Amino acid sequence: MHLDHELDEMFPERHTHSAAVPKRPDGTRRALRIGLGGPVGTGKTATVAALCRALRDELSIAVVTNDIYTREDAEFLLREAVLPAERIQAVETGACPHTAIRDDISANLEAVEDLEEAVGPLDLILVESGGDNLTATFSKGLVDFQIFVIDVAGGDDIPRKGGPGVTSADLLVINKTDLAPYVGVDLEGMARDAKAQRGELPVAFTALKKENGVKPVSDWVRTKLADWTAGPA
Amino acid sequence: MSRAALLVLADGRFPAGGHAHSGGAEPAVTAGRIKDAATLERFCRGRLHTAGLVAAGLAAAAAAGADPLLLDDAADARTPVPALRQVARRLGRQMMRAARATWPSDALDALAAARPRGAHQPIVLGLAARSAGLTPLDAAYAVAYENISGPATAAVRLLSLDPFDATAVLAHLAADLDRVAAQGAEAAARVATEGVDALPAASAPLLDITAEQHAAWPVRLFAS
Repeated sequence: MHLDHELDEMFPERHTHSAAVPKRPDGTRRALRIGLGGPVGTGKTATVAALCRALRDELSIAVVTNDIYTREDAEFLLREAVLPAERIQAVETGACPHTAIRDDISANLEAVEDLEEAVGPLDLILVESGGDNLTATFSKGLVDFQIFVIDVAGGDDIPRKGGPGVTSADLLVINKTDLAPYVGVDLEGMARDAKAQRGELPVAFTALKKENGVKPVSDWVRTKLADWTAGPA
Repeated sequence: MSRAALLVLADGRFPAGGHAHSGGAEPAVTAGRIKDAATLERFCRGRLHTAGLVAAGLAAAAAAGADPLLLDDAADARTPVPALRQVARRLGRQMMRAARATWPSDALDALAAARPRGAHQPIVLGLAARSAGLTPLDAAYAVAYENISGPATAAVRLLSLDPFDATAVLAHLAADLDRVAAQGAEAAARVATEGVDALPAASAPLLDITAEQHAAWPVRLFAS
């Protein structure tokens, strides 16, 4: 015990830009960081793009993408012109997207730090994971909340199968509901399974191709941001 | 001091960004120069005795208390291509973040303030070793080992190489590692009297050339 105390004195806590610290070095409350994960092709980048369009007039936003082997996601966001180029940073993940968002978050923290320096002060930073498996979750050292995006076309058994992304994400987004009739998916069954896995944690059904399709997600982000901003400075 | 701190520092899971880098293995795999365990071993041996030796000297000198800013210039002088300078500084910045959280010290804070975009990674690692109470030889070992364990792990992912074979390659190189770490530490011990010119300045031109080419690839698995 005595030794522990000595070690604490020898190695006091230092600033690492970890999400564990809710304030900027100057004492103001830092940007809210939200991670978006989920399997390949479910609409993570489309959700990020739609969120940027819905929120960019009222908030200062930046995006970090984690592509697996290209810069496709960052380039998609640039092509769609959802944000100016200086608000989008791509992180390279060495064939292991979940490592970069969970086990070794140093490159992502660096991107967050650079964005805050270049275009800050920011209100909201979206960190998009590369498409990964059902076990991929974000470190609490990197983000404050996480959204897990799946789609109806990936099979209506995914909510039942669970896994850390489905069960523990702060928001589960089930996208492409407009495809449900064509792939024989029972949306009510998915909602029941998700409820069984997640308890009181929220689920949002979206059809991003439709007008204002991202609204359930952008409303959730607004609520989280209001709570965050109202938190102790 | 605690020798166990060396295990923490040298652990491939130490969160300092190394997992996204192949140490030149990706372009070597694509060019067909690494295609199995035997060619991986040749690649790693060459890398260890060139880039690895230079890094071992720099890390040992930083751990011995040499001026990190002078060492940073010495590292630039020993890293002719911009792509690898940039990688070394980026990894140095990531190592700095992890080191300040694990073994905080005034020396690390001072270097972070002087080089906010990152100092060369071996120097930051050497200073981290010093903060952890490790010796210059320990720092040389950690850097030299990382120098070949990175490419070996990358080759497993790039070639679907048998992970047992890749680990055996690292074990085969243990005697080389001993030699390189000792050479690095021995050179570092002379820095106090002879200056940074005492540090090794071996080079691997093919690694330099392919690193520049790789940095321009539109599609790649690893950042370097």
